[in-house]
Amino acid sequence: MKPFEYTRLSKDDLATGTIPIDSTFLAGGTNLVDLMKYGVEEPNSIADVGELPYNQIEESASGLMLGALVTNADTAYHPTVKNKYPLLNKAILSAASAQLRNRATNGGNLLQRTRCYYFYDTAMPCNKREPGSGCAAVNGFNRIHAILGTSASCIATHPSDMCVALAALEAKVHVLRKGDSLVIPFDQLHRLPGNQPEKDHNLLPGDLITHIELPEEGFSGNFEYLKIRDRESYAFALVSVAACLKLSEGRIEDIRVALGGVAHKPWKLKEVEQEYIGKAASPELFQSLAEKLTRGAQGFGTNDFKIPLVKRAIVRALTNALNPA
Amino acid sequence: MNTHQVHFTVNGEPVQVSIEPWTTLLDYLRYHQKLTGTKKGCDHGQCGACTVLVDGNSVNSCLCLLVSLDGKEITTIEGLGTPDNLSSAQQIFIEEDAYQCGYCTPGQICSSIAMRKRGEIHSEADLKDWMSGNLCRCAAYKNITKAARRIYEES
Repeated sequence: MKPFEYTRLSKDDLATGTIPIDSTFLAGGTNLVDLMKYGVEEPNSIADVGELPYNQIEESASGLMLGALVTNADTAYHPTVKNKYPLLNKAILSAASAQLRNRATNGGNLLQRTRCYYFYDTAMPCNKREPGSGCAAVNGFNRIHAILGTSASCIATHPSDMCVALAALEAKVHVLRKGDSLVIPFDQLHRLPGNQPEKDHNLLPGDLITHIELPEEGFSGNFEYLKIRDRESYAFALVSVAACLKLSEGRIEDIRVALGGVAHKPWKLKEVEQEYIGKAASPELFQSLAEKLTRGAQGFGTNDFKIPLVKRAIVRALTNALNPA
Repeated sequence: MNTHQVHFTVNGEPVQVSIEPWTTLLDYLRYHQKLTGTKKGCDHGQCGACTVLVDGNSVNSCLCLLVSLDGKEITTIEGLGTPDNLSSAQQIFIEEDAYQCGYCTPGQICSSIAMRKRGEIHSEADLKDWMSGNLCRCAAYKNITKAARRIYEES
C-alpha cells in the first residue's frame, strides 16, 4: 500500500468548516483499503470520518434517517428497518459477508466502486481507473458487466444491493457541501458512464454524505428483493430486482422496480412505472413492464444471458411481491 | 515520521501505540503483538481467515486500518481461552471435529461467537449465510456448521 497522510476529522472540523477537499474519506474502509492494496486507489491523504456524529438511526417527520456511519449490519437489523422497510433489510443481508456488513457503512456502500475485473487489474486498460486508456471489458470477459446505459468508454456495473433497494424506495441522500446541507434524490446520486466513467456519482470533491433519508412509505406489504448470483451467498448480483407494489383490490396504486447488476447505477425508470398505475396486477402485465424497463438492452458477448435473465427476474420479483414470503 | 497515536485493548489489555496509518489490524496483531492465531489468507476480505472481534462484532482484520480503531476492544482467538482452559466455543469445535488443517479455525470460531452475539439466526439458511464469509479449503463445512449451530444454541 502506498504511504499516505492521515487525519482524523472531529465534530470541531464540521463546526469550523475545515472538511478537506483534497483528501479521500475513510469510513469502514472495506472497499477503499482493498483498492489501495491493489494499487487501484493511491490517495496522498486520507481523512478518517469515523468519529463524526453520523452514527445513529433516527425517526424523522418524513420517515427514517440512516446515519452515513451506521454499519450495514446495524441498519439491516434495526427494528424499524426490519418492520417498516423489509426490502432494505433483505437487500442488505443478501450482500457481502457478515464480517463486511459489520464494518462497511451506509455512506461507504453508496460510494463503493465497481467490481469490473479490469478495473482491479492495473496491468489492463480501464477508462474508469485511467481515463483514456481504453476499456478491456467491451471485448473481454464481460459476464458480470452492464447491459443498459453503457457507453463505448465503460460497461461497468454498480455493485451494491443496498443501493438497488434505496433506489426503489426513492430515498434521499443528505450531503454536506462547503458547510451547507444538500438533499439529493437517490436517482441523481449515481450517473451513467458516458465519456467520463471515472466519475461514479455526481458529488463534488469534499462533499460528505451525512444521512440517507427513507420516505414514510416502506412498501412492507408487497415487496421483493430477488438476487440472482453464481452461488447462494457472498457473491455479487448477476442481476437483482427490488420490487415494491401498493395494491387496491388487485389494481396497482404504486409500483417501483429497480434493477441491480445491469448498469452503472441502479436502473429505474419512473416514466415506465407510471404507465402501470391503475392497471390490474398480473404476470402478463409484469412481462410487459419488463420489456419496457429493459428496452435497448445490449449484451457484449459473455453477458448476453443477462437480457432474458433480467426480464424473467423482474416478472418473478413482482409476482413474489404480490404474496411476499 | 508519519505515525499516529492509537489507544485500544487487545484481549482485555490496554494498548497505546504510535503506528504508521497504513498498518492493518491483521499485520499489527501478527507482526507487532505476535498474536499469530489470526491468519493471513487472501489479505483482501474474501476468505475470512483473519476474522477477529472488534467490540464483539466479527470483522476482516486485513481490511481495517489500525489507526481507525481508536477506543475499540479487539479480541483474537488467543483472548477467548488458553490450551488449558478453552472457551466453550473452542471446546465445541473440538467435540464436533469442525476442522481439518485448522488454518481457518480461529476465524470460524470468531464468526460463530459474533453470530451468537447478534442473535439474528432464524433458519439454517441464515446460519449458512452468516458463516459464508469464512472459507475452509479442506471443505470441513458440515462439521463447522454443526459446531456453529451448537455455539449459537448452547453457549
